[in-house]
Amino acid sequence: MSGRVLVGVKRVIDYAVKIRVKPDNSGVVTDGVKHSMNPFCEIAVEEAVKLKEKKLIKEVVAVSCGPQQAQETIRTALAMGADRGIHVEVSGKDYETLGPLHVSKILAALAKKEEAQLVILGKQAIDDDCNQTGQMTAALLDWPQGTFASEVSLEGDKIKVVREIDGGLETIKINTPAVLTADLRLNTPRYATLPNIMKAKKKKIANVKPADLGVELTSRLEVLRVDEPPQRLAGIKVETVGDLVSKLKETGKI
Amino acid sequence: MILYINLHHDARLETFLHSDTAVGGRQRQRRGEGERGKSSLLRDTVGFTWSIRDVFFEHKILRLNCIIMLLRKVTQSPALCGTILRIPPVLSGGQRQARPVVNSRLYASEATQAVLEKPVAVGSHATAKVEKQAVSNESKSFAVNIFKGQIATSQVFPFPSVLNEEQEQFLRELVGPVCKFFEEVNDPAKNDALEKVEDHTMEGLKEMGAFGLQVPSDLGGLGLTNTQYGRLVEIVGSHDLGVGITLGAHQSIGFKGILLFGNPAQKEKYLPKLATGEHIAAFCLTEPASGSDAASIKTTAVQSPCGKYFTLNGSKIWISNGGLAEIFTVFAKTPVKDPNTGEVKDKISAFIVERSFGGVTHGPPEKKMGIKASNTAEVYFDNVRVPADCLLAEVGGGFKVAMNILNNGRFGMAAALAGTMKGVITKAVDHAANRTQFGNKIHNYGAIQEKMARMAMLQYVTESMAYMISGNMDSGATEFQIEAAMSKIFASEAAWNVTDECIQVMGGMGFMKDSGVERVMRDLRIFRIFEGTNDILRLFVALNGFQNAGNQLKSLQKALKNPLGNAGLLTGEMTKRAKRMAGLSTGLTLQGAVHPELAHSGELTVKAVEQFGIVVEELLVKHGKKIIDEQFVLKRIADSAIDIYAMVVVLSRASRSLSQGQATAQHEKMLCETWCMETHERVMRDIKTLRSSDSRRLFKNLRTISAAMVENGGVVTPHPLGF
Repeated sequence: MSGRVLVGVKRVIDYAVKIRVKPDNSGVVTDGVKHSMNPFCEIAVEEAVKLKEKKLIKEVVAVSCGPQQAQETIRTALAMGADRGIHVEVSGKDYETLGPLHVSKILAALAKKEEAQLVILGKQAIDDDCNQTGQMTAALLDWPQGTFASEVSLEGDKIKVVREIDGGLETIKINTPAVLTADLRLNTPRYATLPNIMKAKKKKIANVKPADLGVELTSRLEVLRVDEPPQRLAGIKVETVGDLVSKLKETGKI
Repeated sequence: MILYINLHHDARLETFLHSDTAVGGRQRQRRGEGERGKSSLLRDTVGFTWSIRDVFFEHKILRLNCIIMLLRKVTQSPALCGTILRIPPVLSGGQRQARPVVNSRLYASEATQAVLEKPVAVGSHATAKVEKQAVSNESKSFAVNIFKGQIATSQVFPFPSVLNEEQEQFLRELVGPVCKFFEEVNDPAKNDALEKVEDHTMEGLKEMGAFGLQVPSDLGGLGLTNTQYGRLVEIVGSHDLGVGITLGAHQSIGFKGILLFGNPAQKEKYLPKLATGEHIAAFCLTEPASGSDAASIKTTAVQSPCGKYFTLNGSKIWISNGGLAEIFTVFAKTPVKDPNTGEVKDKISAFIVERSFGGVTHGPPEKKMGIKASNTAEVYFDNVRVPADCLLAEVGGGFKVAMNILNNGRFGMAAALAGTMKGVITKAVDHAANRTQFGNKIHNYGAIQEKMARMAMLQYVTESMAYMISGNMDSGATEFQIEAAMSKIFASEAAWNVTDECIQVMGGMGFMKDSGVERVMRDLRIFRIFEGTNDILRLFVALNGFQNAGNQLKSLQKALKNPLGNAGLLTGEMTKRAKRMAGLSTGLTLQGAVHPELAHSGELTVKAVEQFGIVVEELLVKHGKKIIDEQFVLKRIADSAIDIYAMVVVLSRASRSLSQGQATAQHEKMLCETWCMETHERVMRDIKTLRSSDSRRLFKNLRTISAAMVENGGVVTPHPLGF
């Protein structure tokens, strides 16, 4: 296979940031908060770059949907080794309600347009934890999917994917073109080095609107309310097993 | 009387500046001779000579009256100062009548005025010339100007924003990966324990591009500006100063000489490999017998008769990266023939020396208190044949090279230490917010609150200084040496205090190795010592300032020789001096520069500058050129100068935040106000001490105590128990 890989990269609140809920409970605070590339997307980029380094594919295209700042995330992917970027510009209200289905439609449209042979995504994003985009993209394209990948090897025009499943690993072989989603153990992403960041400045980022791809962004979901997880209350100590049982009964646990 | 005020002041200055020359009498001026007359200003047309001392004492009481009058008059006509100078000093006797005399003289007749106006008109050319000259000589440096009692705002207001959009964008992209590298790969505790930077970290840093931050991009580096460099160094400083020194010894001083002074061939030859870290660089100045006194080095470089190479001999100590480096910037004495006299003198020259030249060896890594991860070693040069191509700048130009390298690197230390402070402050805050004692989180207690607030202020000042200076440097300023030295002094001491207090807030926990703060404390200690000890840098700051103030007085003195031609200049000076002495505002102001909400802090700063200018001039007059030897005074002057600079940098930064409506603007305002209140007080106290006669006794005591200790080989006093 010597085709093109499309990698999705999502800009999320950095994993190390303590998330705060907006006072009006409409969402979380994002202004002035450090953002970075979703860690699973980093793994996806790394895998694609590795395939390119092994000369198994010829081009890595990083895609991100979001406002202007999404370009920073694309730049990081470019610094890691992606060849060019596509910024699908979604901002304002549309961005707030942007969900996995919209992104899947965008990615599916781009995969066709770019004649990609592989779409590699992170298994989920650490902000909404949806874990849907890869699967939906595969469905929309009607391509095979290898989700939760912990090992990927290209064998001719087929791909062997070792998947992380409950209680073990599952090995499957799928046809290309296909959609893969990266699990934690697939690889260790490299650091974007400063010289590569500098070189990445010369790489191109194309700007696309969802409408250009024929994707409509109206959302069928409405966020009613966002709350902090409830504070854990202090426990109590009981003297005997008898006490424990009666307490549990009192609170209706048994 | 007016005459007296100005004269007593300037005449005393004059004695300091040029005891042999003096200001020519007005008659000479009018005849256009303008030569250096032996007659003093005080020995005016009437030939009446005053002793300066007499002037000073006799008229002390009159000072205020005179000044008020002067203020009234001086503003009315630039020609006035010519008049003032012309009035014969008949005033000494009859003080009471003096006032009317002056008035009548001034406005006695229209004829007088006509006479006065003419030379002024004629002299306007000359005035313009002098002013032009003054402009070109005028320093834009804030620090230089406060020694003259002036405020130069161009370098400090508004707070510099020098990054263009692309540079800012690029820097944003760099910050993330560098932070990540230091959070996830580098292990400062392990580096400290191993007494070296772990191999994989070192490799990672090289790949990262961290060794060539400021090397131009066409030579394989990142081509960062000083501001961009500072921002990244800050991250290094907040995580691991040992790594910071490894990187800093390499690029901030190790090969900075090649960057600043290298010819194109030298740059092309050396920089690419240095930028990738394939070659490590070191800066070799210090020798066993030559520390702060850099001019006293003994390493020699003797040029071969054919002129093609130099033979280098000598040894250098405490060289950071000395054991790792392939490329050394070495300072050595070379015999230089004076083209005029034919006399041969040893002068310092700078060389690029490759280890591969042969004859370069190094000692084992030194055991140190801190920055253990960095390599420090002796380096020996034994008959090293250095090609003449490896000379940096010209033969005998080495001292300039060394000073420029150090001056250019100092702001980086402030940036790094601002990061260090941020790091330890986070730890202190975390502890204070979570530790409960006496039933309350300890941050609720005033004792802790004060520490925390002071830590925040010191960090804020240091950070502001670092980026003020890097911004000045990036916008092409050539005069930042004083500020850079100040920032090194301030940052290294602030970081020490902040870390000390962090440990104090954390109590026993802070003392334990696991908290990671004791290492920072050990690492920090050297910053007050190396790259110019803070003590030497204080002298540098003060003496540099005095020199500039002295030069200004000299030009004033010159102007006095042609008072009519320089009427504008002199009027301004006299007004300023008179007002200053009367305790009135001199018109110095930060209004317009400082955000209105910080007006009070601005006023405090102006007051501090005014008083500082006075005391500097008084000290100049008092000590003359001997001020060089007055280290007790110099230290205090430097302290005040640094304090004033610190006030102005936070004023500038907080003003910017207020004008931009930053979310933290009110917090910054509070930091700024608090800092200015306390610092103003400290400056005033220091100045008061310097002016009081007690200080003379104080300094004498200190000197005597020290001498006795040296005599006794330690503490002089017997044990209170008698044995």
